Amino acid sequence: MSDGKMAILNGKGVTKVFGLGDKKTVAVDHVDFSFKKGEIISIVGESGSGKTTLFKMILGLINMTEGEMFFQEKPRDIKGYAKKREYWKNIQAIFQDPFSSFNMFTKIDSVLLDCINLSGGKNLSKKEKDEKMTEACSFVNLKYAELTNKYPFELSGGQMQRLMIARIFLLKPRILMADEPTSMIDACSRATILDMLLKLRDETDMTVVFITHDIGLAYYISDTVYIMEHGKFVEHGSAEEVIINPQAAYTKRLISDVPKIHEEWDLSTVS
Amino acid sequence: MKNTIKQLRHSSQFMVGFVILVAILLLIIIYPIFVTADPLEMVGRGTFFKPGTYVSVVDAVTDGASTQKSYTLNLDTSASRLNARLSMEDREAMVDWLVRFGGVAEGGISTSDDDVPALLELWSEKYDSTNPQKGLIAAKKKYYVRLDKSLKELNNSTDMILAAQGEDGLEQTGTIADDSYVNVKDIANQRTFILGTDNFGRDVLTELVAATKTSIIIGLIAGVVATAIGLFLGLFAGFIGGVVDDFIMFVTNLFTVIPSFVILILISYSVGASARGVTMVAVIIGLTSWPWTTRSVRSQVISLRNRDHVNMSKLSGHSVIRIILVDILPYVASYVVMAFILQISSGILAEAQLSMLGLGPATTTTATLGLMMNWAMTYTAHLNGSWWAYFPVILTIALISFSLNLMNTGLDQVFNPTLRD
Amino acid sequence: MGKKMLEVNNLKTKYVTRFHEDVYAVDDVSLSIEEGKSLGIAGESGCGKSTLALSLMGYYFAPLHYISGDIIVDGKNISGMKPDEVRKTILGNEIAYIPQAAMNALNPTQKIISFLGDVLQAHDIKLSKKDLLDMAAERFEALGLPKEVLQKHAVELSGGMKQRTVIAVSTILNPKVLIADEPSSALDVTSQKMVIKMMRELMEKGYIKSMIFITHELPLLYNVTDDIMVMYAGQIVERGSAKEMVFDPMHPYAKGLMESIIVPEAGTRDVKLKAIPGTPPNLKKPPEGCRFAERCRYAKPACYLIAPQMRDIGGGRMHRCMMGEERMKEVYSHE
Repeated sequence: MSDGKMAILNGKGVTKVFGLGDKKTVAVDHVDFSFKKGEIISIVGESGSGKTTLFKMILGLINMTEGEMFFQEKPRDIKGYAKKREYWKNIQAIFQDPFSSFNMFTKIDSVLLDCINLSGGKNLSKKEKDEKMTEACSFVNLKYAELTNKYPFELSGGQMQRLMIARIFLLKPRILMADEPTSMIDACSRATILDMLLKLRDETDMTVVFITHDIGLAYYISDTVYIMEHGKFVEHGSAEEVIINPQAAYTKRLISDVPKIHEEWDLSTVS
Repeated sequence: MKNTIKQLRHSSQFMVGFVILVAILLLIIIYPIFVTADPLEMVGRGTFFKPGTYVSVVDAVTDGASTQKSYTLNLDTSASRLNARLSMEDREAMVDWLVRFGGVAEGGISTSDDDVPALLELWSEKYDSTNPQKGLIAAKKKYYVRLDKSLKELNNSTDMILAAQGEDGLEQTGTIADDSYVNVKDIANQRTFILGTDNFGRDVLTELVAATKTSIIIGLIAGVVATAIGLFLGLFAGFIGGVVDDFIMFVTNLFTVIPSFVILILISYSVGASARGVTMVAVIIGLTSWPWTTRSVRSQVISLRNRDHVNMSKLSGHSVIRIILVDILPYVASYVVMAFILQISSGILAEAQLSMLGLGPATTTTATLGLMMNWAMTYTAHLNGSWWAYFPVILTIALISFSLNLMNTGLDQVFNPTLRD
Repeated sequence: MGKKMLEVNNLKTKYVTRFHEDVYAVDDVSLSIEEGKSLGIAGESGCGKSTLALSLMGYYFAPLHYISGDIIVDGKNISGMKPDEVRKTILGNEIAYIPQAAMNALNPTQKIISFLGDVLQAHDIKLSKKDLLDMAAERFEALGLPKEVLQKHAVELSGGMKQRTVIAVSTILNPKVLIADEPSSALDVTSQKMVIKMMRELMEKGYIKSMIFITHELPLLYNVTDDIMVMYAGQIVERGSAKEMVFDPMHPYAKGLMESIIVPEAGTRDVKLKAIPGTPPNLKKPPEGCRFAERCRYAKPACYLIAPQMRDIGGGRMHRCMMGEERMKEVYSHE
């Protein structure tokens, strides 16, 4: 808490082991982290580095094998479905694949309506609810009038991901976990999503945990970066520090492996 | 939904199956409106009457005798009677005899319809039963004697005298001329059996329509029972997982390993003949055919359980029941519909199998397709050539299964994009 | 000027859907590649990049149909050929194609060497087992793949290794054109780099004479290909050298794409990204005027009515925008 910001989620020795005996694989290996309120934190790693497992553990969708998590500096207790539901009021997620994140049998208005009801707006009048939904849609540059009576699969990937952000806007959780939210959508709509996440953080002081394999995205969006290799954090610090001046060999490699446009891309570094 | 229906309309397999099924359903709905007779009424006195129109002999004779309704036609009655009744086999035997013993040159006479009068003339001229007929066995000789006698009757073109029992013995009441005809429509008493009658003299067509209806009802009940159990267990085993899953799968595997037909036989037998009604048999069939639905629904649910939209619903704080009903069930619904269609089809087949073994609905008031097969088999219809007693039944069962399976394949192609061409 | 390896004139192809609707996915595409050159094709998903790749091979099967245009490979027109003939004489030894998920195409029950045998057999080349092995080992080593790979099964290899193996196998006959459709998108950055390095080696060592590289990753194209072509709604909207395209795009769509590039380089954090609003048009019924007009920041009423033609402005640069070059410079400088 050197910079005076309150830690919202801390992890200590968080570990996940899949399988038993000889087939045991350690997906996440004793990681410690501290996410501060109002920050955008990126977790960068290649596929298989355990970042999605960590994502699910933070969300409470899978259990930790070992370790402790502290939510708002109190030990997190999510034993049983009722306690989990309580915890989930504070933490929400955006998933990688927008096409499978929506129930394709539910209309868009009822997805949003659901969020209003869940965030305590059950007793609002229909007009007030409509106003809220219109506000959420305009936050993500969608037109509410065009969305009513449509199904999520009638939208493009980018629009779906924006709808997902509109949902978060209505629920206003303390923490937003975003698991590669831009990897399945086009490069030119990617910028929109990133800017909306930034806007969301600026307006609601939400903590955003952004999980990605693209170090360029992490550099663009985040305040703090965690670099993950084989279930361990090899380096962490502010984005400028870690990416412009990397210390760990793995970080250096990751950065050198990404094609750039202003610097020469050195192909000789791979065998 | 609209798009799905549009795609279904483009699926030729689904449409063919659907048209066949609708045709069968229409038949079982419309036919009883016109034919109100009890399908199990024993019309015929005797077993297995051939398909055809049956007219009252007395009516035909009396109508033929009375001048008003009889017609005189200039037709060679005896010739056409001969053509119709004298089989090719007999004709060949006659030619054979004439060549061997009558001194007729080989190839001098043919067996075609046109040559029948010439053949008969030659026969009556040459045939002599006292001919030694060397080289013929006694049975063959007797056959020729019988043939000769029947030919004389067939060739008879004299009028027939009608008589009635009067006070002084027989009194002639009229004659029927050889060229006297009567219009079939004028005969008061007649009945058409399109598919003949069965062993108890019941009209097979009417019985078949009623049986099809009962069998489809059995299929539906069995399908509903099996799908409901399968869906319920599959959903809970798949979604809740853990011990619940292990237990349900243990029971399911138990049922899968033991052939369900054996269980079906055992249950049907132990229930006893008196309790085995149509509904009972249907429920028993349903109770033994759920394991496959459970297994496949469970595996579908397991793959759905970790899908993002389910996680999303959990994060929204919805209850387990709501997640199952709203986020899981619609995704497996298309699959369940297909399983249901197959269950109907297999329910109908299972009833047929059970009934063939005599373990079907023990009833004398309704017919089922299986019971009809059972009766046909018990009264050896297949041995005495009464094809009409079992072949239409087999065809109906095949058509129902065929149409349901076609519909299932069509649905599969629509719901499963990877199978689309 | 080098020899033209591939020349495409006014190629048009379409998809026919289940409901017998036509989707014009490649509409009037012309391009040419000289010997020793590589061409990148960029564009968002649904703009017809992958369909163009399939169409270029001249190998058409339902639901893709050929409408009109010429495909000339090294002076030979293949556009009218029957699919079977194309498969036997063109694919493999004239044009090689690597689809996106090529690494999943390896049959897990067979050794890598047998795939090479299959390729040769399909082109009626008879080699003894030993010759085949020697030749394959030589080629693999030249491309930096260990020759032990030849005796392995696909499941024993990592994703990047599989992808590189597929590329090595499909270029064994030294094709004149290699068409690679997102060959590295499903891979880690490190494996991606290896694939790219190998494709460069293929060009440098002369195993392939020219290359078409399709991807939506612009920094990658910038580093790999000589020229970049941007596609939008089935048409080419701009073509130029890689450097010109990235730093000085002309067409508003190309400009939009370049503005969405994100790279981890000092200073890029402060540059605000710009996104192109909206979605590409439905190709069942393409718009009458400029296809990009609806999403274009600079669109004028005339843009919605008149379809602009491809304009060659010299130096291999061409674009399809109503605005003149001067006007563009003026408009862009005001931002």
